[in-house]
Amino acid sequence: MTAETLLYLEGVSVSFDGFKALNNLNLDVGTNEMRAIIGPNGAGKTTMMDVITGKTKPDEGRVSFRENALTSMDEVAIAEIGIGRKFQKPTVFESHTVWDNLELAMKAKRSTFASLHWKLTAGQRDTIQNTLERISLVPSSQNFAGNLSHGQKQWLEIGMLLMQEPELLLVDEPVAGMTDAETEKTAALLRDIAKTSAVVVVEHDMDFIRALDVRVTVLHEGSVLAEGRLDAVQNNQRVIDVYLGR
Amino acid sequence: MITKSLMPSLGRAGFIFLAVLAVVGIAVPTSNLFTSTDSFMHVPDYAVTLGGKYLCYALLALSVDLVWGYCGILSLGHGAFFALGGYAMGMYMMRQIGARGVYGNAELPDFMVFLNWKVLPWYWHGFEYFPFAVLMIVLAPGILAFVFGWFAFRSRVTGVYLSIITQAMTYALLLAFFRNDMGFGGNNGLTDFKDILGFSVQAAGTRATLFMLSALALALCFIVARAIVNSKFGKIIIGIRDAESRTRFLGYRVEHYKLFIFVISAIMAGVAGALYVPQVGIINPSEFAPSNSIEAVIWTAFGGRGTLWGAALGAIVINAVKSYLTGALPNAWLFVLGGLAVVVTIYMPKGLAGFFAGWSRLPTKSKLPSSLAEAAE
Amino acid sequence: MGVFRYLLAVICLWLSVSTSLAQDVSMLVDGLAIGSFKEREAAITALVSSGSPAVVPVLQALSDGALFVRKSDHKVFIATASGDIFKLADPLNNVDAGQAAKADVEKIKVNNSLREMISNAMSGLTLFSKDVKVRKDAALAVLKSGDASALPALEKAIPAESDPAVADIMRVAAAAATLKSNRSDEAKKAAIDTLSKQTNRDTSSLLTSYAAGVSDPLKSEALAAAQKIETALSTWTAVQNIWFGLSLASVLLLAAIGLAITFGVMGVINMAHGEMVMLGAYTTYVVEQLFQTYFPSAANYALVASIPSAFIVSGLMGIAIERSVIRFLYGRPLETLLATWGVSLILQQAVRSIFGPTNKSVTTPSWMSGSIDFSNGLSFTLNRIAILIFALAIFAGLMLLIRRTSLGLQMRAVTQNRPMANAMGIRSSRVDALTFGLGSGVAGLAGVALSQIDNVSPNLGQSYIIDSFLVVVFGGVGNLWGTLAGALTLGIANKFLEPFAGAVLAKIFILVAVILFIQKKPRGLFALKGRWVDA
Repeated sequence: MTAETLLYLEGVSVSFDGFKALNNLNLDVGTNEMRAIIGPNGAGKTTMMDVITGKTKPDEGRVSFRENALTSMDEVAIAEIGIGRKFQKPTVFESHTVWDNLELAMKAKRSTFASLHWKLTAGQRDTIQNTLERISLVPSSQNFAGNLSHGQKQWLEIGMLLMQEPELLLVDEPVAGMTDAETEKTAALLRDIAKTSAVVVVEHDMDFIRALDVRVTVLHEGSVLAEGRLDAVQNNQRVIDVYLGR
Repeated sequence: MITKSLMPSLGRAGFIFLAVLAVVGIAVPTSNLFTSTDSFMHVPDYAVTLGGKYLCYALLALSVDLVWGYCGILSLGHGAFFALGGYAMGMYMMRQIGARGVYGNAELPDFMVFLNWKVLPWYWHGFEYFPFAVLMIVLAPGILAFVFGWFAFRSRVTGVYLSIITQAMTYALLLAFFRNDMGFGGNNGLTDFKDILGFSVQAAGTRATLFMLSALALALCFIVARAIVNSKFGKIIIGIRDAESRTRFLGYRVEHYKLFIFVISAIMAGVAGALYVPQVGIINPSEFAPSNSIEAVIWTAFGGRGTLWGAALGAIVINAVKSYLTGALPNAWLFVLGGLAVVVTIYMPKGLAGFFAGWSRLPTKSKLPSSLAEAAE
Repeated sequence: MGVFRYLLAVICLWLSVSTSLAQDVSMLVDGLAIGSFKEREAAITALVSSGSPAVVPVLQALSDGALFVRKSDHKVFIATASGDIFKLADPLNNVDAGQAAKADVEKIKVNNSLREMISNAMSGLTLFSKDVKVRKDAALAVLKSGDASALPALEKAIPAESDPAVADIMRVAAAAATLKSNRSDEAKKAAIDTLSKQTNRDTSSLLTSYAAGVSDPLKSEALAAAQKIETALSTWTAVQNIWFGLSLASVLLLAAIGLAITFGVMGVINMAHGEMVMLGAYTTYVVEQLFQTYFPSAANYALVASIPSAFIVSGLMGIAIERSVIRFLYGRPLETLLATWGVSLILQQAVRSIFGPTNKSVTTPSWMSGSIDFSNGLSFTLNRIAILIFALAIFAGLMLLIRRTSLGLQMRAVTQNRPMANAMGIRSSRVDALTFGLGSGVAGLAGVALSQIDNVSPNLGQSYIIDSFLVVVFGGVGNLWGTLAGALTLGIANKFLEPFAGAVLAKIFILVAVILFIQKKPRGLFALKGRWVDA
């Protein structure tokens, strides 16, 4: 690992009614690194995202982002220090236009009073326009997000993440339900994003992971099973056992 | 000039609504006061009072729409804020009676004399001054909403849970205000008002003025509410309604936004109650009844939530029907109201406003009802 | 004069022992009209000593100020005024004795000390009544007053008493009277001992006030005994409160348990739930009317027949509501809330139109009326006991149904994963309808029970709906045990608060407490943990 560590998880455990969703999980992600997380259903991928973004408090373990201890912060504070999250199920503001969705996500003062008298500057308009171009939604700019296709919603949500200008993007299943062409485009988009910020991608689609061409972490039963380049991981006997069954 | 600059935030329907309100707000009192009683243009006294009452209900519905239609907070306790505003006004008018009460006690209202109270309770002090009463009309509902909302939103009580506890809140207040010990007149509430700011509440001029003020209050609150929902703030609360966790992960303090809109809405409801009381001449604990609050929600749903003017329209239409039916077919009213609640929720999710969707700012959002429901879960 | 009359009274007294009673008593009665209060006191003593129960109404009338003397012949009558005319009656046998003008009669005056004397004396007299209840009341009266003068009468009455319970009361009364008498310290010690076994507030205050007037060792003995009673009393008060709490909890449980199915298991906010309860109560009323018309001999068991009837009526109504309204609104809880509120209004008004707005009363069958009383004041009414058992039985039945039957299995399957249940061939819409019907039917059962303790009116359901929701939410949605715990907690907490705060404030406290609790634990007491609850 060349870059300094941005996100750091050590010995994180979470259990729900006796079920261990995360079990002594360790993970570190460097600045400007893109990392893919794979694992079978119930391996703890989404729970890991929940822990990083403050939605779930771990029973034990250390979670830090730069010098911030994330375990003592809530979702809003974590979002403010530069962690953006895309949900597994695309979640956008369906009764707002695509433009408004991006405007709401734009990095700006988040206080209630600031939002009451908020005016877009010309520079901010350009930023939104740029993002629209990056996520290929320029023609749909004034459409209601609810009327977008599934793939477009995924992009819009990624676009909203970009508007937040986060240092770390957590992206949960960005290509679920996408056509091959869309998947390719998404891979290119994420690679592009990874040039300026760190990205953690959770995905099942192996072709997509291959297209990303990044370091892969395999989760199983709440802890790390293997880590490395995709080829190495795919030849790991334990990974094969888990995926193919004993 | 002013209308021009307001246009974009009001929308066409909103502009028409304000225009109609302005015409009614001026024409009705004028006709009542300055045309002879046998003129066909004449609006009789009782109609002025009735109309003033409807305008207060319309403001209550508007306040419900502001939190429910835009922020997804289904409050079944807005009647409590309405009643608190009403009580604050009632207390002022009670003090204005002075020695003209049945017992002729200059200091104590009749019911306190009747209960053998010797001194005025501390929380009645100050209500002899109108400005203080106005302050309380704003503060009493506002503070209750702030405290309640602060607890509820911080601990992320949402959806039906919130609805249930708002209902429990107004129910608790209902029980409390029924108690004589509370010092608000118990069962009978506050009544027998004589005058307001020196004008007799019975006088036609006072009633016409109150009508006009109710229309004005409705118009002002409408403009304020419109300005709020059309700002970025408004977009954020709509975002909270449709996808609360998305909003939160974008870094917005959802609870602050909810609290702000809830308090604003409660104050509007309180103002509505304060204008209502001098026109009907009484305020009693039954205004806290949970069913009153639900009724206000039905007006909003019937008129069409998320439009503000729809809610106001719904309140006026339903109450006009209510006035007619309770006189003509007293047994039918509850069937109609109940039936309306069922039909509106199943078949008219956009309410009356849905019919006017073509020329209002309300966009055709095919997904709206389901996304609303999602937010409520 | 005074001395003469006093003598007369004494002579009469003596006469009364030896000669024909009725006549002498009547003479004694006339003696009441003579002289000062002091002499009247003697006359009363004389009357009392006659031991005749017939003097009781006379004394009562005297005490009530209804005893008058006719000025013309100094005869005494019980008089009732009607305008200026008094109707006279013979005080001993209540035989009509004509009328008199107001001016012709004079009221026999009594003062408070006489009144007290009369009331004490009367209890002495009634100790020998043929009526058990009168004897019991008399004994209780002595117990309350602790009048030493009643002691001889009591001591005579105790061996003669046939009812052991009344004899017990008499013994305690004798002990109380002993304390005020001039008997030996030994006797008083024994009396204190007897009294200390009586766990009620009266004996305790009697002992305390006695202790204030005497010196050791009796003083400390009495105080210790009073202390012992107080301790026992607070225990009994707690027991009583727990019982009241349990009783309220059973009502809450009944009202809420149907909701625990429809809201808790299905997630449907049914604001018409209270009306399902109300329909159950009206069904009970109708069944009772039918029994009284067609099978009057079995009317006592109409309540039993109304149990299945109410279940069916409310259950069918529930299914009808589910099919016609709720099924269009699944996944939209706020809309469901409003629509079912509309349904509740329609049902209320329909019932009001059919049965009228006034309350209907349902009679309590004889096998459910009465109560189990304890000497220390504890009392458990049978209908409350029956309701508690009924509530627990319904709870147990529902538990079994959900855990052990195929409908229960399908219910759980559908609520946990609807698409999967559908894929496995479960007709989820049918299960929805049946589940809702079940919840509503159970609400109907609650109506049967509530008809026994509450007014059957169109508004019956409304008074329970908020409480029911709070119980379910407080207990934790989707968990029947939570509902049970919620009902118990709220019921008992309410009854423990009531003595300090009064009924209304206690209720307000509970409401506020639950509101605060929901802030703290939005998922209730028995929350299901896990990430799926946030879905």
